[in-house]
Amino acid sequence: MVLDGESEELRRTPLHALHVARGARMVPFAGYEMPVQYPTGIIAEHLHTRAQAGLFDVSHMGQVALHGATAAMLEALVPGDLAGLAEGRMRYTLLLNDQGGIIDDLMALRVGGAFQLVVNAATKAGDVTHLRARLGAAVEVELHDELALLALQGPAAAAVLARLAPGVATMPFLSCARFGELFVTRSGYTGEDGFEISVPVSRAVELAERLLAEPEVLPIGLGARDTLRLEAGLCLYGHDIDETTTPVAAGLGWTIGKRRRAEGGFPGAGRILKELTDPPPRRRVGIRPDGRAPAREGSAVVDLAGNLIGEVTSGGFGPSLGAPLAIGYVARRYSDPGTELAVVVRDVARPARIVPMPFVPTRYYRG
Amino acid sequence: MPTLRFTKDHEWIRQDGDTVIIGITDYAQQQLGDIVYVELPALGKRVEAGKEAAIVESAKAASEVYAPVSGEVVAVNGAIADDPARVNADPMGDGWFLAVKLDDPHELEGLMDQAAYEKFVAEQG
Repeated sequence: MVLDGESEELRRTPLHALHVARGARMVPFAGYEMPVQYPTGIIAEHLHTRAQAGLFDVSHMGQVALHGATAAMLEALVPGDLAGLAEGRMRYTLLLNDQGGIIDDLMALRVGGAFQLVVNAATKAGDVTHLRARLGAAVEVELHDELALLALQGPAAAAVLARLAPGVATMPFLSCARFGELFVTRSGYTGEDGFEISVPVSRAVELAERLLAEPEVLPIGLGARDTLRLEAGLCLYGHDIDETTTPVAAGLGWTIGKRRRAEGGFPGAGRILKELTDPPPRRRVGIRPDGRAPAREGSAVVDLAGNLIGEVTSGGFGPSLGAPLAIGYVARRYSDPGTELAVVVRDVARPARIVPMPFVPTRYYRG
Repeated sequence: MPTLRFTKDHEWIRQDGDTVIIGITDYAQQQLGDIVYVELPALGKRVEAGKEAAIVESAKAASEVYAPVSGEVVAVNGAIADDPARVNADPMGDGWFLAVKLDDPHELEGLMDQAAYEKFVAEQG
């Protein structure tokens, strides 16, 4: 066995000491030292989040304010309908390059008449550079390093957070609201109901400890965050999507609203709108191996005759499924659910099949 | 009293005559976290010292279990293939991986005893 040992210059979130005090195993992730798991363990943390509520430190993500940006200015960078985004609402969309490739996937919020973004940790510096270059001097792009971000996810999340801020209980899915120092969105990346809570760094530990004192809540590390998002069929940037994948190939065509399809006007629109009617050669799919061996990122996908037809882009073991699962790209003719194929793990082709995503039903709040 | 030996790759080896039982240490299972999959060699297969003998996968990643000695696989623990969590629960007992008939019983002599392994692990921390 070869066990990991790493050391490099890493940033810390405001909750670093809390993670260490709770026995977290800290690992490098996107330039930060982050908890991959607590002594509870990945499987128990995952199952606890689906059963009750889990608290995640996502302070490494980028909280970006765009002062002076109009919907039209932003729509030149993303394919989402931002003109149609109502005050106090948010939408999942994609920062695209001029070839229609995905620079980042993000949440766009409209708050107080202005736009804010929540972007991935590994891409936040590049996103800010890109936004500044494209939006020009009329827009101030501000990265909020003085704010921490916590995610509270799971069926008990609303009841727990309502003890601090009663108004959250009836917040619609993908809405945002301010409760004193807490800026709350009803969102997350686990497939469960839940919230992301933006809070000043100076108050982050107090908030985390307050939430962890609730009987339903356990701290959850990046390991379970990954298995939860995988079961929910959600993309991990840099793995399932990147600058070489388009929204259509990634199965994210749904993020392009009717008006944007009719009008275009986003980067790569020519290619992407064509792909909506004339699908690209490969498509992102859900894959379930028949056996127990997990097929991880980089595993080849082959047809029943052994021909290479695609690749796994993220995969592992799904604790709620009790079985392995994977996301990958396969040639279009193999992308229908039910298609039998194989994943190559340690040079052995192992039977698998295409399944619809999410792998586990999502349970977002629907009022 | 069977001889218990350890490798720097965190396998344990319990010798009983010309046969050894091989597993991973408690330190290894703790470092790996939840074990979700185990792949064992076929009976009769030859394993070579220092080469892969089995696969163990945690929720995070796959790792090799190396054969500490050379010989022929004479038994495998199918129970851990069916229920990989047994390796976490009892790594030095119920969670054993495989048994090998030794080519050379002297091969164990270069491996660490329990005291040396405990010192080695303490130095890792």
